[in-house]
Amino acid sequence: MTLAWQNRLIYLLAFCSGFSIMGVELLGGRILAPFFGSSVHIWGSIITVFMLSLSIGYLYGGKLSTQNANLTRYGMIFIVAGVLVLPIALWANPIMETIFVAIEDSRYGSLAAASALFLLPTIVLGMISPYSVRLLVTSKEQSGQVAGILYFVSTLGSAMGTIFTSFYFVLWFEVNTIIVSYSALLVVLGATAITFQKLASQTQLAATEEVAHEN
Amino acid sequence: MKTNVYLLATLLAFSFFTTSALAKVIHQERSMYRNILVEDTGNLRCLKFNVKSKKTNQSCFLKSDPNRLVFNYTKLMFSGMIVNPNPSRILIVGLGGGTMSNTLHQLLPDAEIENIEIDPAVIKVARQYFSFFENDKVTSKVVDGRIFIKRALLKKQHYDWIILDAFNGDYIPEHLMTKEFLQETKKLLSDNGVLTANTFSISDLYDYESSTYQSVFGNFYQVKSKRQENRIILTTKNELPNKAQLKTNLAALHDRLRPYDVNILKVFNSFTNKQDWPANAPILTDQFSPANLLNQ
Repeated sequence: MTLAWQNRLIYLLAFCSGFSIMGVELLGGRILAPFFGSSVHIWGSIITVFMLSLSIGYLYGGKLSTQNANLTRYGMIFIVAGVLVLPIALWANPIMETIFVAIEDSRYGSLAAASALFLLPTIVLGMISPYSVRLLVTSKEQSGQVAGILYFVSTLGSAMGTIFTSFYFVLWFEVNTIIVSYSALLVVLGATAITFQKLASQTQLAATEEVAHEN
Repeated sequence: MKTNVYLLATLLAFSFFTTSALAKVIHQERSMYRNILVEDTGNLRCLKFNVKSKKTNQSCFLKSDPNRLVFNYTKLMFSGMIVNPNPSRILIVGLGGGTMSNTLHQLLPDAEIENIEIDPAVIKVARQYFSFFENDKVTSKVVDGRIFIKRALLKKQHYDWIILDAFNGDYIPEHLMTKEFLQETKKLLSDNGVLTANTFSISDLYDYESSTYQSVFGNFYQVKSKRQENRIILTTKNELPNKAQLKTNLAALHDRLRPYDVNILKVFNSFTNKQDWPANAPILTDQFSPANLLNQ
């Protein structure tokens, strides 16, 4: 398990997190529509909540990466994000119904509903980018280059997540099926990162033992 | 050679139409949702959304005779009165030029008419250019149809006639053609309430929409124009009356509607309850409603 493979895995994970974020965001409009309509302000609410959550996530992700950054913790972020996405499929209707009854103005109603459904999972998803940078950067000189590639990969993932979800997935599947799939994808990716870390440390351990024997 | 002849013919036809039409744009604005155009062609004034669309004219009226209905599908909408000749509460979802509201107020001066329109610019244009008026019986409100219906249900409101006409222009509000939406709309109907909906008559949506209405209302009538460019789905909350039952009101209604250029006998003859879509056509739901993708 080389460092090159580890970096490829991180780029893949960053791509998939970008894909999932925009996939969920796009479905957000469809999830809110039955209660809050399809006026322009619905998208205002959704985009606001996603941008706000991502910005908070970037801050926390960066902070978290300063303490003993490793692939296991990175994988845990994915698993937590995946679990937090699931309530969107499970409880969106009762949550929206409560808010619909409580808040008369559909602008603030949709803002509250978007927050209730998307704030937490998107904060956690936002933590992925800065954490990826921390895992990828090994020297100060290449930090800009690494950040550039990472933004490229994750934003490309976002673009793909947007187009596939809006052009095809909604034509083939139910909204909840797509949401559950994103949730499962994130959990599987997280588990992959953790497994990779385990295997890597085992090989490393074996290698150090070998070195110790030779001495 | 042959292609040249075709080309010449096309050019001639094109120049003929453009010179004979002489449409003049008298108002143009870009609203939050669409481009709005008001066009005068001689005596005819039309409201248009997104100019390059296949179905460009949304609402038209004759300046000299504003009571006369120009569009065939608005005439077909009056089929609702065959089922319920004296509705006292009417809900119109999708205002357009407001011609339906104006005409209904003249026909039924005591009826309460509520117009729901998502785009404030459309209401403004209807008032300014299409003589759309409001008074203590006729009101309009800027709100998404789905939200209005959900709130009306919470307030335990009922309507004797609901007119769904929100599917204009190129973009289809997908949340207004799902099974859940129709269930909510059905609950909002009074016991003798009737629903008339302007729906898609072409594209893949035809089958999906038909199947969705059937899943909620069971049997329904389709009211189609001869050229099949529009179809109205007509259905009721309770049992759908048969054609023989409906015939009883027809003669009186005919005289009432004649001044508006609606021939209700002709409309009645275009009633059909024949199922002309496949039995296994999928149903649109809040979970699955790719209406805009199906309408390619």
